Amino acid sequence: MKTEFKLIADLIETSTRVLDVGCGDGTLMEFLKDNKEIDIRGIEISKNNVQQCIGKGLTVIEGDAEQDLSQFPDGSFDFVILSQTLQAFLNPEKVISELLRVGKKAIVTIPNFGYWKVRLHLLMKGTMPVTRTLPDEWYNTPNLHMCTIKDFFTFCENRKINIYKSIALQNLKSSKITDTNLALKNLTAVLGIFLIEK
Amino acid sequence: MNKNLNIKSLIIDKPLKLDCGQTIVNFPLAYETYGSLNEKKDNAILVFHALTGDQFVSGLNPITKKDGWWSYAVGSGKAIDTDKYFIICANVIGGCLGSLGPSNINPDTNKIYGTTFPIITINDMVNAQYNLLEFFKIEKLFAVIGGSMGGMQVLQFVSNFPNKAEVAIPIATTSNHSAQNIAFNELGRQSIMADTNWLSGDYSNQNKNPNKGLSVARMAAHITYLSKNGLQEKFGRKLQERDDLKFSFDADFQIESYLRYQGSVFVDRFDANSYLYITRAMDYFDLIKQHGGNLSNAFTDTKTKFLVISFTSDWLYPTSENKEIVIALNAIGADVGFVEIESDKGHDSFLLNTPKFLDTLKDFINTSYPKNK
Repeated sequence: MKTEFKLIADLIETSTRVLDVGCGDGTLMEFLKDNKEIDIRGIEISKNNVQQCIGKGLTVIEGDAEQDLSQFPDGSFDFVILSQTLQAFLNPEKVISELLRVGKKAIVTIPNFGYWKVRLHLLMKGTMPVTRTLPDEWYNTPNLHMCTIKDFFTFCENRKINIYKSIALQNLKSSKITDTNLALKNLTAVLGIFLIEK
Repeated sequence: MNKNLNIKSLIIDKPLKLDCGQTIVNFPLAYETYGSLNEKKDNAILVFHALTGDQFVSGLNPITKKDGWWSYAVGSGKAIDTDKYFIICANVIGGCLGSLGPSNINPDTNKIYGTTFPIITINDMVNAQYNLLEFFKIEKLFAVIGGSMGGMQVLQFVSNFPNKAEVAIPIATTSNHSAQNIAFNELGRQSIMADTNWLSGDYSNQNKNPNKGLSVARMAAHITYLSKNGLQEKFGRKLQERDDLKFSFDADFQIESYLRYQGSVFVDRFDANSYLYITRAMDYFDLIKQHGGNLSNAFTDTKTKFLVISFTSDWLYPTSENKEIVIALNAIGADVGFVEIESDKGHDSFLLNTPKFLDTLKDFINTSYPKNK
């Protein structure tokens, strides 16, 4: 997902402190470190991933974002990134509010459940969608709370969270999401990228 | 056991004021080094040993004729690579392998100190070792590393000398001893003191040795270094060279025989009074209290890069206590990484062949070295 990484990098200003929540094996962190003058940290739940990150010289702590974000003081990061993991949390609502407490701004990317292929899969086959971005079966998926781009917009609106920028990603093509094209982007985008602030 | 030609030591002529109020001067600090210091003097790693460790980290220990205590981690091509880095390790003061300790002769009385030796602390140990930097003319260490009591020294070192280490790796440690930690140490001390040969600590002057007490102290402590699952897997209820129970108090079970052996070899290499002094230093260690109840204050403005490592089956210095250090560092935005390594070998995991730990340590050290960045 190099395009996603590039789009995230474009949202981040230089000389800032950044936290990557659920940083996996550190691929995004490395990409950002190589391409931006930033001070980046990570938090990750999988031991194997943490060991890989630390081995790469990345500053990563092993922990569960649902509990362990609490150790970071308010506004201790300029940007907090949550790349494609919001749907995997037990309580995404709490995680978002923690992101916005710890970070002055947050960058959240979500796999769009409103994507037409996903909709078509359910409509035609009548089974839970399995796609390239959602490769797991219903019984073993880590994704507990799938949502659509439209859902995320409504979520932010209801909680008075400002969406500064919203980008739809379809394969390698990215485009701005606006109020007028929301319904269309919700159908064509594989991924939604949001820059938000409380 | 101190008069050995294989022991290098510095005589520290700068007076050292101890936390207990006494001052020591012209005292020996025994040390060992591995690898070589480069021209820029930026490749030095100070390793701190644990309770019963010594300066012989790697290779053959000339005193015990066994492998150094951290041979799995330190050596050519290993996690702490002696081909790349200059590794220094000193025997702590209060110890019994060449540094000033209770088995030394008190110049004022010409008798062995015993329990007339001053109480020492982790802070005192670290302050004594700081003299090594001046001796080797090292402006800044590349790393300070240690597990268990060695980890306490790492924390104390970066707190006392904020800009003297690029990297700090406290392993399987704590910022202060829990009631349970103190309880186990007290058990060991009481076992030594209950030995009639202890003679209120004066045994050396009277040619006696509280071997039984020291041995039991070691046996009890050894259990705390292992995990229940580890013990069960290795020993279970296996019998020691017999087909059935003997209906006696012999070592019927392998675990009994193993512990007795651990106790018996320990007394050959360790001084009972040193055991009292060093366990006391660990119990007194409280970096939180030292900093007004806030551990973060120990590390204010630190530029050091930290990596905290704990082990899943370590119940002596559990992950939760290691995490407290991480939390304190994150609270002030310090550069801190943290990983809990899966292992069933208990607290001893850091001393043993634990590949995931050793691999992580190696990669972290190598990627953190300024030249490799």
